[in-house]
Amino acid sequence: MTTTTIVRIQREPFDVAAEAATLTCGRTDAGAVVTFTGICRGAENGEPIAALTLEHFPGMAESEIERHVAEATQRWPLIGVTVIHRYGRIVPGEDIMMVVTVSSHRAAAFESADFLMDYLKTRAPFWKQVETADGETLVKTWVEAKAEDDAAVARWAARAKPEAAE
Amino acid sequence: MSKIKLRYFAWVRERVGKPEEDVELPPGISTVGELMSWLATRGEEYAYAFDNPKVIRAAIDRAHVKPQAAIGGASEIAFFPPMTGG
Repeated sequence: MTTTTIVRIQREPFDVAAEAATLTCGRTDAGAVVTFTGICRGAENGEPIAALTLEHFPGMAESEIERHVAEATQRWPLIGVTVIHRYGRIVPGEDIMMVVTVSSHRAAAFESADFLMDYLKTRAPFWKQVETADGETLVKTWVEAKAEDDAAVARWAARAKPEAAE
Repeated sequence: MSKIKLRYFAWVRERVGKPEEDVELPPGISTVGELMSWLATRGEEYAYAFDNPKVIRAAIDRAHVKPQAAIGGASEIAFFPPMTGG
Protein backbone atom coordinates (compact mmCIF):
# COMPACT_ATOMS: atom_id res chain seq x y z
CA MET A 1 0.00 0.00 0.00
CA THR A 2 1.46 3.38 -0.94
CA THR A 3 0.97 6.05 1.69
CA THR A 4 0.85 9.73 0.85
CA THR A 5 2.20 11.98 3.62
CA ILE A 6 2.09 15.77 3.60
CA VAL A 7 3.45 18.07 6.34
CA ARG A 8 3.24 21.85 6.01
CA ILE A 9 4.02 24.70 8.38
CA GLN A 10 2.47 27.88 7.09
CA ARG A 11 1.21 31.35 7.97
CA GLU A 12 -1.84 31.09 5.66
CA PRO A 13 -5.21 29.49 6.45
CA PHE A 14 -5.95 26.00 5.06
CA ASP A 15 -8.96 24.16 3.62
CA VAL A 16 -9.62 20.88 5.46
CA ALA A 17 -12.05 19.52 2.85
CA ALA A 18 -9.62 20.21 0.00
CA GLU A 19 -6.77 18.56 1.95
CA ALA A 20 -8.90 15.46 2.64
CA ALA A 21 -9.88 15.28 -1.04
CA THR A 22 -6.22 15.42 -2.08
CA LEU A 23 -5.58 12.25 -0.06
CA THR A 24 -8.65 10.30 -1.17
CA CYS A 25 -8.60 11.33 -4.86
CA GLY A 26 -8.21 8.22 -7.05
CA ARG A 27 -7.95 5.86 -4.06
CA THR A 28 -10.66 3.21 -4.22
CA ASP A 29 -9.08 1.50 -1.18
CA ALA A 30 -9.98 4.50 1.04
CA GLY A 31 -12.86 3.65 3.38
CA ALA A 32 -12.43 6.10 6.24
CA VAL A 33 -11.34 9.73 6.58
CA VAL A 34 -10.81 11.38 9.96
CA THR A 35 -10.10 15.09 10.19
CA PHE A 36 -9.19 17.04 13.29
CA THR A 37 -9.06 20.84 13.29
CA GLY A 38 -7.70 22.87 16.20
CA ILE A 39 -9.47 26.25 16.41
CA CYS A 40 -8.52 29.39 18.35
CA ARG A 41 -11.02 29.84 21.22
CA GLY A 42 -12.33 33.26 22.18
CA ALA A 43 -11.59 32.69 25.87
CA GLU A 44 -8.78 31.07 27.84
CA ASN A 45 -9.50 30.01 31.46
CA GLY A 46 -12.70 32.05 31.34
CA GLU A 47 -10.91 35.25 30.22
CA PRO A 48 -11.70 36.67 26.77
CA ILE A 49 -8.66 36.80 24.48
CA ALA A 50 -7.85 39.08 21.54
CA ALA A 51 -5.58 36.65 19.68
CA LEU A 52 -3.03 33.87 19.88
CA THR A 53 0.47 34.20 18.50
CA LEU A 54 2.26 30.98 17.60
CA GLU A 55 6.03 30.87 17.57
CA HIS A 56 7.79 27.87 16.08
CA PHE A 57 11.26 26.48 15.43
CA PRO A 58 11.52 26.38 11.60
CA GLY A 59 13.07 23.18 10.33
CA MET A 60 12.67 21.30 13.59
CA ALA A 61 8.86 21.74 13.52
CA GLU A 62 8.71 20.03 10.13
CA SER A 63 11.18 17.25 10.98
CA GLU A 64 9.56 16.46 14.33
CA ILE A 65 6.07 16.22 12.79
CA GLU A 66 7.39 14.15 9.86
CA ARG A 67 9.00 11.73 12.31
CA HIS A 68 5.67 11.14 14.08
CA VAL A 69 3.78 10.87 10.79
CA ALA A 70 6.27 8.15 9.77
CA GLU A 71 5.68 6.36 13.06
CA ALA A 72 1.89 6.55 12.54
CA THR A 73 2.24 4.96 9.10
CA GLN A 74 4.20 2.11 10.69
CA ARG A 75 1.67 1.56 13.47
CA TRP A 76 -1.49 1.72 11.34
CA PRO A 77 -2.32 0.74 7.75
CA LEU A 78 -2.76 4.26 6.41
CA ILE A 79 -3.44 5.44 2.87
CA GLY A 80 -2.68 9.06 3.58
CA VAL A 81 -1.76 11.54 6.33
CA THR A 82 -1.69 15.33 6.15
CA VAL A 83 -0.64 17.62 9.00
CA ILE A 84 -0.75 21.38 8.58
CA HIS A 85 0.20 23.73 11.44
CA ARG A 86 -0.05 27.50 11.21
CA TYR A 87 2.15 30.07 12.92
CA GLY A 88 1.91 33.81 13.53
CA ARG A 89 -1.07 35.77 14.87
CA ILE A 90 -4.39 33.91 14.86
CA VAL A 91 -7.66 35.45 16.07
CA PRO A 92 -10.58 33.60 17.76
CA GLY A 93 -12.55 31.50 15.30
CA GLU A 94 -9.58 30.93 12.99
CA ASP A 95 -8.07 27.48 12.47
CA ILE A 96 -4.69 26.75 14.08
CA MET A 97 -3.84 23.29 12.79
CA MET A 98 -5.30 20.19 11.18
CA VAL A 99 -4.69 16.48 10.86
CA VAL A 100 -6.26 14.25 8.18
CA THR A 101 -5.83 10.49 8.25
CA VAL A 102 -7.16 8.15 5.59
CA SER A 103 -7.42 4.37 5.89
CA SER A 104 -9.52 1.48 4.63
CA HIS A 105 -11.23 1.16 8.02
CA ARG A 106 -12.22 3.63 10.70
CA ALA A 107 -10.23 2.34 13.69
CA ALA A 108 -6.87 3.05 12.06
CA ALA A 109 -8.00 6.51 10.90
CA PHE A 110 -9.38 7.50 14.35
CA GLU A 111 -6.49 6.10 16.35
CA SER A 112 -3.71 7.49 14.18
CA ALA A 113 -5.27 10.98 14.23
CA ASP A 114 -5.50 10.78 18.04
CA PHE A 115 -1.88 9.55 18.26
CA LEU A 116 -0.62 12.37 16.03
CA MET A 117 -2.47 15.03 18.03
CA ASP A 118 -1.06 13.77 21.33
CA TYR A 119 2.50 13.90 19.97
CA LEU A 120 2.06 17.23 18.21
CA LYS A 121 0.97 18.92 21.42
CA THR A 122 3.97 17.77 23.43
CA ARG A 123 6.79 17.27 20.89
CA ALA A 124 6.33 19.69 17.98
CA PRO A 125 8.26 22.91 18.72
CA PHE A 126 5.41 25.44 18.80
CA TRP A 127 4.62 27.90 21.57
CA LYS A 128 1.35 29.77 22.03
CA GLN A 129 1.16 33.26 23.42
CA VAL A 130 -2.21 34.69 24.43
CA GLU A 131 -3.03 38.33 23.78
CA THR A 132 -5.56 39.87 26.15
CA ALA A 133 -6.81 43.44 26.26
CA ASP A 134 -6.44 45.12 29.67
CA GLY A 135 -8.21 48.41 29.06
CA GLU A 136 -6.09 50.19 26.45
CA THR A 137 -3.05 47.97 26.81
CA LEU A 138 -2.44 44.57 25.25
CA VAL A 139 -0.98 41.98 27.59
CA LYS A 140 0.85 38.96 26.17
CA THR A 141 1.17 35.78 28.21
CA TRP A 142 2.81 32.47 27.26
CA VAL A 143 0.46 29.48 27.50
CA GLU A 144 1.67 26.88 30.01
CA ALA A 145 2.02 23.25 29.01
CA LYS A 146 -0.57 20.95 30.59
CA ALA A 147 0.32 17.82 32.58
CA GLU A 148 -2.63 15.97 31.01
CA ASP A 149 -1.02 16.39 27.57
CA ASP A 150 2.07 14.53 28.83
CA ALA A 151 -0.18 11.83 30.31
CA ALA A 152 -2.03 11.51 26.98
CA VAL A 153 1.22 10.89 25.11
CA ALA A 154 2.44 8.32 27.64
CA ARG A 155 -0.42 5.93 26.88
CA TRP A 156 0.87 5.41 23.31
CA ALA A 157 4.35 4.45 24.49
CA ALA A 158 2.81 1.78 26.71
CA ARG A 159 0.76 0.39 23.87
CA ALA A 160 1.95 -2.25 21.43
CA LYS A 161 1.51 -1.87 17.69
CA PRO A 162 -2.17 -2.65 16.97
CA GLU A 163 -3.58 -5.42 14.79
CA ALA A 164 -4.23 -4.42 11.19
CA ALA A 165 -7.66 -2.75 11.01
CA GLU A 166 -10.88 -4.10 12.42
CA MET B 1 37.34 25.28 22.64
CA SER B 2 34.68 24.97 20.05
CA LYS B 3 32.13 27.39 18.71
CA ILE B 4 28.48 26.47 18.84
CA LYS B 5 25.22 28.16 17.80
CA LEU B 6 22.65 28.60 20.55
CA ARG B 7 19.01 29.32 19.75
CA TYR B 8 16.30 30.42 22.14
CA PHE B 9 12.53 30.28 21.74
CA ALA B 10 9.41 31.68 23.44
CA TRP B 11 10.03 32.99 26.98
CA VAL B 12 13.60 31.69 27.04
CA ARG B 13 14.28 33.97 24.03
CA GLU B 14 12.52 36.90 25.70
CA ARG B 15 14.45 36.49 28.93
CA VAL B 16 17.85 36.08 27.28
CA GLY B 17 16.97 39.02 25.02
CA LYS B 18 18.08 37.50 21.72
CA PRO B 19 16.94 34.69 19.40
CA GLU B 20 20.39 33.20 18.80
CA GLU B 21 24.11 33.65 19.31
CA ASP B 22 27.41 31.91 18.67
CA VAL B 23 29.39 31.07 21.79
CA GLU B 24 32.78 29.58 22.57
CA LEU B 25 32.20 26.69 24.94
CA PRO B 26 34.55 26.81 27.90
CA PRO B 27 36.44 23.59 28.65
CA GLY B 28 34.79 21.10 30.98
CA ILE B 29 31.27 21.47 29.59
CA SER B 30 30.20 18.20 28.06
CA THR B 31 26.43 17.92 28.59
CA VAL B 32 23.39 20.05 27.82
CA GLY B 33 22.68 20.36 31.57
CA GLU B 34 26.21 21.64 32.22
CA LEU B 35 25.78 24.12 29.38
CA MET B 36 22.60 25.45 31.01
CA SER B 37 24.37 25.87 34.36
CA TRP B 38 27.20 27.76 32.65
CA LEU B 39 24.77 29.95 30.66
CA ALA B 40 23.05 30.92 33.92
CA THR B 41 26.33 32.53 35.08
CA ARG B 42 26.65 34.77 32.02
CA GLY B 43 24.62 37.69 33.40
CA GLU B 44 21.33 38.75 34.89
CA GLU B 45 19.22 37.97 31.82
CA TYR B 46 20.72 34.47 31.54
CA ALA B 47 20.31 33.85 35.26
CA TYR B 48 16.62 34.78 34.86
CA ALA B 49 16.15 32.58 31.75
CA PHE B 50 17.90 29.52 33.23
CA ASP B 51 16.74 30.05 36.82
CA ASN B 52 14.80 26.76 36.75
CA PRO B 53 16.50 24.44 34.24
CA LYS B 54 14.01 21.65 35.04
CA VAL B 55 11.32 23.43 33.02
CA ILE B 56 13.57 24.08 30.00
CA ARG B 57 13.65 21.67 27.07
CA ALA B 58 16.61 21.31 24.71
CA ALA B 59 17.30 20.13 21.18
CA ILE B 60 20.66 19.26 19.63
CA ASP B 61 20.74 19.81 15.88
CA ARG B 62 16.91 19.87 15.85
CA ALA B 63 16.28 16.67 17.80
CA HIS B 64 14.92 16.61 21.37
CA VAL B 65 17.49 15.64 24.02
CA LYS B 66 17.59 15.22 27.80
CA PRO B 67 19.83 17.42 30.03
CA GLN B 68 22.32 14.58 30.45
CA ALA B 69 22.84 14.36 26.65
CA ALA B 70 26.43 14.81 25.50
CA ILE B 71 27.09 17.91 23.41
CA GLY B 72 29.69 16.03 21.35
CA GLY B 73 30.09 17.55 17.92
CA ALA B 74 26.79 19.45 17.97
CA SER B 75 26.63 22.52 15.76
CA GLU B 76 23.39 23.95 17.16
CA ILE B 77 21.67 23.67 20.54
CA ALA B 78 18.22 25.14 21.15
CA PHE B 79 16.56 25.93 24.49
CA PHE B 80 12.83 26.44 24.91
CA PRO B 81 9.90 25.96 27.30
CA PRO B 82 7.63 22.87 27.15
CA MET B 83 5.78 22.99 23.83
CA THR B 84 2.19 24.22 23.53
CA GLY B 85 1.26 23.73 19.89
CA GLY B 86 -1.65 21.79 18.47
